[in-house]
Amino acid sequence: MGRITLDKVTKRFGDVEVIPPLDLTIEDGEFVVFVGPSGCGKSTLLRLIAGLEDVSSGEIRIDGQPATDLPPAKRGLAMVFQSYALYPHMSVRKNIAFPMKMAGVPQEEQNRRIESAAAALNLTDYLDRRPGQLSGGQRQRVAIGRAIVREPAAFLFDEPLSNLDAALRVGMRLEISELHNRLATTMIYVTHDQVEAMTMADKIVVLRAGHIEQVGSPLELYRNPRNLFVAGFIGSPKMNFANGGAASEHDAATIGIRPEHITVSADSGTWRGKVGVAEHLGSDTFFHVHDTGLAETVTVRADGEVGLRHGDTVFLTPQADKIHRFDDKGLRIQ
Amino acid sequence: MATQHSRSAARIMISPAVLLLLGWMIVPLALTIYFSLLRYNLLMPGTERFVGLLNYRLFFNNPAFITALVNTLVLVGGVLLITVIGGVLLAILLDQPIWGQGIVRILVIAPFFVMPTVSALVWKNMFMNPVSGLFAEFSKAVGLQPFDFLTHAPLASIIGIVAWQWLPFATLILLTAIQSLDSEQMEAAEMDGATALQRFWYITLPHLSRAITVVILIQTIFLLSVFAEILVTTNGGPGVASTNLTYLVYVRSLLNFDVGGGSAGGVVAIILANIVAIFLMRMIGKNLDA
Repeated sequence: MGRITLDKVTKRFGDVEVIPPLDLTIEDGEFVVFVGPSGCGKSTLLRLIAGLEDVSSGEIRIDGQPATDLPPAKRGLAMVFQSYALYPHMSVRKNIAFPMKMAGVPQEEQNRRIESAAAALNLTDYLDRRPGQLSGGQRQRVAIGRAIVREPAAFLFDEPLSNLDAALRVGMRLEISELHNRLATTMIYVTHDQVEAMTMADKIVVLRAGHIEQVGSPLELYRNPRNLFVAGFIGSPKMNFANGGAASEHDAATIGIRPEHITVSADSGTWRGKVGVAEHLGSDTFFHVHDTGLAETVTVRADGEVGLRHGDTVFLTPQADKIHRFDDKGLRIQ
Repeated sequence: MATQHSRSAARIMISPAVLLLLGWMIVPLALTIYFSLLRYNLLMPGTERFVGLLNYRLFFNNPAFITALVNTLVLVGGVLLITVIGGVLLAILLDQPIWGQGIVRILVIAPFFVMPTVSALVWKNMFMNPVSGLFAEFSKAVGLQPFDFLTHAPLASIIGIVAWQWLPFATLILLTAIQSLDSEQMEAAEMDGATALQRFWYITLPHLSRAITVVILIQTIFLLSVFAEILVTTNGGPGVASTNLTYLVYVRSLLNFDVGGGSAGGVVAIILANIVAIFLMRMIGKNLDA
């Protein structure tokens, strides 16, 4: 079980309020991702749940039990740190065994859990090495192994993939997702990378300056962003925004349209512009279009094989039902 | 510095310094060994004569020799024990965020800047003196007989004085090591359910092992040759109760004017230091490997 409830939780460092009163419920077995720009309080929120920081006010409940004043070890949560935080002087086996040793788990049970965790994480051949002799991805797996053997109510991940190279990051992303499917344990995952958030989460919590901007499934956030911030943060490349004339045509202060919802044509369309940089990815091509009268640059996605070049004139047509409208406060107009 | 050419150029260029250092070491060593084989007494000039290993035999047969050897090892071991344990504890205390941290750190480091003769005299006259010392005053205040430290516990007193001088050094090195401990490791251990004591034992202490090794090695070098503290406090006495090898060599060569015997003692001290060094490297040298 791992249902975590935050009730009007706040955190202040001196006079600075990092987390204003915040309510959030994380259901058992959910994969929840906290995402937001750096300094938005997502790591602090995770550390509050872990118990590594004390809340200034409010209450945290785990499985209905008040946990606000419990020390970290008593909350039944396991955490994977950004730096992995492996113990450098212990072998992989001892690293994984450490939480069980502290909890007084019998030796045979320890060995059984270590073997099964090592088998699940492909670490069997490395059990007697030191962390210093492992690659980044292997260290990451040891850190996860150390979390698994505790059989926690929930896993907490603090930007665990940010120290890995791009290829490894994609691989580990899959492994963590698979792990979640297999264990069906609650996982809370902090990242600033919206791609990680979109690909892994059951539920995304978008944070800005300690406020929750929106909570929802990845596609909900993609389809119905509640405000300009979420609209701009979720989706890659970013949504295009336009105010002024083009927006008032749709009775809105600002309109947003995603690059993939604009049709590119060489001879006719709603908006006219000039091709700037073209990024060819093979499957897709992203054009940065200038001089459209909408915004300085409009990003559009086209098929991989579209033969447009720098300086060409293009016509852009938005898909009418995919235009997001926002009022002058930046909130979505339904 | 990778090519064959640059490596040989580097060797040629550092060779003058290496040769100079080698000569600097070899000449005194060779002279000491040479003197140790002579009958060479300053009171009988002109009677120098080759006597083989007689000086060594006399030095080993001197009843003070075994006492001095044991005293040397007890002194080194005792000071190491106090400074390493005390240093770890002080370093942990100083690592805590406290008001006036900077000043407290300077205060802790201050004893290291006091020269050995001065600090030993201060301890002897202001603290340990059985009549006017601070400790005697304390004893009298609570109605106890003042304890004459330097007469009844001469070696322990000297260990105390020397440990006081070297504690700052150990604290300083161990403090910098503690500060380099990754805080996420401590937090991970906290999440893993380790108590404060277990975190110290399983995380902090292993992290400090390399720094402790450095402290032990460096201090041993200096502690084997403690001299000034003994000279100004007990003069090696009562009897030979606080005489170490260094002091015994001094007694031989400068109080008995026996240069040959003193040189033999010096060579013995060199051999002892190397034995200690070999043992230390065997025991804790592996901590220095990355």
